[in-house]
Amino acid sequence: MSTSVLFDVPGPRARRRQLVGTVVGGLVVAALVGLALWRLAANGQLEPDRWAVLFDPASGVPQALWEGLLNTLAVAAVGMVLATVLGALLAVGRLSDHAWVRIPVGVVIELFRAVPLLILILFCLLFLPTVGVPMTAFRALVLGLTLYNMAVLAEIFRAGILSVDRGQREAAFALGMRKTQVMTLVLLPQAVRRMLPVLVAQLVVLLKDSSLGFIVGYVELLRTARSLVEFFNFSFGSQYTFQLYVAAGLIYIVVNVALSQVARSVEKRTRRSAKAAAAADVELPADVQMGGGGAPTGQA
Amino acid sequence: MQFLSDNSDLLWSAFLTTLSLAVVSGLCALVLGTLLAGMRVSPVPPLRGLATFYVEVFRNTPLTVVFFFLAFGIVQIDLQFPSRFLTAVAALSLYTAAFVCEALRSGINSVPPGQAEAARALGLTFGQSLRQVVLPQAFRTVVPPLGNVWIALAKNTSIAAGFAVTDLTAALQRLANANADQLLAVFAAVVAGYLVITLPSAWLIRVVENRVAIVR
Amino acid sequence: MRSTRRLAAFAALGLTLAACSSEAGNQAAEESSSAPTAAEDVEFDAGTTMAELNEAGTITVGTKYDQPGFGLLNPQSGQPEGFDVEIAKIIAGELGIAPEDIEFTETVSANREPFIQNGQVDIVVATYTINDARKQVVDFAGPYYVAGQDIMVAAGNPEGIEGPDDLAGKTVCSVEGSTPAQNIRDNYPEAQLVTYDVYSKCADDLANGNVQAVTTDNVILTGLVAGNPEGFELVGNPFTEEPYGIGLELGDTEFRDFINDVLEESFEDGRWADAWDRTAGSITGEEAPEPPSVDRY
Repeated sequence: MSTSVLFDVPGPRARRRQLVGTVVGGLVVAALVGLALWRLAANGQLEPDRWAVLFDPASGVPQALWEGLLNTLAVAAVGMVLATVLGALLAVGRLSDHAWVRIPVGVVIELFRAVPLLILILFCLLFLPTVGVPMTAFRALVLGLTLYNMAVLAEIFRAGILSVDRGQREAAFALGMRKTQVMTLVLLPQAVRRMLPVLVAQLVVLLKDSSLGFIVGYVELLRTARSLVEFFNFSFGSQYTFQLYVAAGLIYIVVNVALSQVARSVEKRTRRSAKAAAAADVELPADVQMGGGGAPTGQA
Repeated sequence: MQFLSDNSDLLWSAFLTTLSLAVVSGLCALVLGTLLAGMRVSPVPPLRGLATFYVEVFRNTPLTVVFFFLAFGIVQIDLQFPSRFLTAVAALSLYTAAFVCEALRSGINSVPPGQAEAARALGLTFGQSLRQVVLPQAFRTVVPPLGNVWIALAKNTSIAAGFAVTDLTAALQRLANANADQLLAVFAAVVAGYLVITLPSAWLIRVVENRVAIVR
Repeated sequence: MRSTRRLAAFAALGLTLAACSSEAGNQAAEESSSAPTAAEDVEFDAGTTMAELNEAGTITVGTKYDQPGFGLLNPQSGQPEGFDVEIAKIIAGELGIAPEDIEFTETVSANREPFIQNGQVDIVVATYTINDARKQVVDFAGPYYVAGQDIMVAAGNPEGIEGPDDLAGKTVCSVEGSTPAQNIRDNYPEAQLVTYDVYSKCADDLANGNVQAVTTDNVILTGLVAGNPEGFELVGNPFTEEPYGIGLELGDTEFRDFINDVLEESFEDGRWADAWDRTAGSITGEEAPEPPSVDRY
């Protein structure tokens, strides 16, 4: 943290100033929270009855949200496994000595990174069936997520492979290993171990992106919340709308924060193990974290 | 290719919508994100806490949820955007600001502590060392990540299609429906629209990056 | 089995239930369902779509998930409910497929044709208007209902909208890929059209005041008005005819004839009227209308 060296340990005057800042800042935050609560209360959004629906099993809401969450996790899990495997293969391909492997792989990676994820999913859903690929909303979503994320992960793996100490590779060659052996037995295992925290972090991105399923009609968490809103709107007016959106948002946040914690603890473990002395930075680049897009690397 | 000329008006206006959506949101996100980054490195704890909270919330929420919330949730507390375009701008800006903040912060963190220490040792104040030593260096390292955030934003505008904004993706859905036999051409036209925005941006970022790069 | 599970849940949560019961929860308990049954020992000529479906024992049906009265997803059961769904069950029943073996898929207005063409669904029963443009790419059985395009406005009709001509300069919402949206684009270009993928978002926007009117088929609007009678009202001046058909793959004439036969049968023996009464009719409170005559074009 270089921020700490930006300012000194505060003296008495600075401390007073900071105290004023703290108080003012705190008041502003409190005022904003108060304003929000006041508006919510004024509209009756805080009435316990409206929130009770989220926990009342007779209303079917908790079960439906749970199902939705499971569907979201299913898409994310399948997509993650496929993307990891394919991403590793692509990374190796991109580092190949043969131009006829390296260049097409590079083009594939760049292509899938350059197209918006939503377009990729729509492409899988609408176009692939016309050439005879059987498609469901689930498959289109998984496939879209896989194609995009494998391209992102390929770049991450490549960086991981390149970050393995050169001596490892040289030593392996010196032992008489072949190229393939060096890659599969020496470089890749170390790279994957090093990249483990990043993989978990990427899972958060994937989980967020799975919410695009609502556009292709896959009943994941967000679509479930929307369905509940529609269903209740019809029977009771919009009295549960706000609560259901808040609930869906909170579930995503809780799950993702938990996953980020896992990523952090995985990182700590890899740091501790002597073999992976220079564990990778757990932080994904900001644009990759944004999901749905990420930027092309432009190196094809 | 017949359909291309038939629908050139729609495609062109959809492209302009996507572009303006990206540009306006990008500028708003840049302002808000810079503010947040400033708060995150500031000495005042509540500001730091607030900015951290903001970033954590938006980093862990899908953009689509933000869209839904702004489009259909906040009206329950009497808040309302004048148009769906502005709803989309707000959702994209609020979401992207968190990542602009992250990109800036990692840029500031990438400046070796020795630089700040030296600045402090020379007697520069917090403001001076930030303005004259740390930020100019941070800016250089921040160009590629910020540029990448911009490209990601341009692609994320596609989600606005689900919320009554007739952007390129919405045009895709309309055309795909009407020209089910020419799907590939429809997709190609729309993807080209996005590439026209993202590829030159990527190229420009690389040029700027090479120019301002610091060789350490 | 299901009810015992539910009872167990009730018992386990009995203590806390008093504190967290809700209007929505109380109403859910009153649900009831009755469904058509599958025909047994039906025989079809080998090689026909009917034989294939009968053999497979399942059929994939595309329907709307957000249209009260016609196709609305009940998140509590995970299944859609409505008139379209009941029609699909009648057809499936005649194919020897039980209602629980029908696989429902959400089709929104913008993906119905691609879904049929790609074979992602076997039939589409989704407030699907028969028109000439669509007949180029898919075939239609039916119609099984004739709706008309109408306009929904905020309660009290503050803008004084009486018909489509009054929409000039107003913001009006409809759904991408629907015939009403196309109608507005083609014939009332002065109206400012905004489009969503589903009608429920239009309804939300009308409630928010983001749009001044929602236009689509009257029966769809009726369902939306029923959901929010204080907020919306129907202009009640239909200005088009929208015959709802069942979409299927282009050129499958045998299958189309079969569905037409089934529909005519259900018109005759009261299953059609019964389906109406239990779904869309229960919203509007109207008697089942005279069934339309099937168009074997």
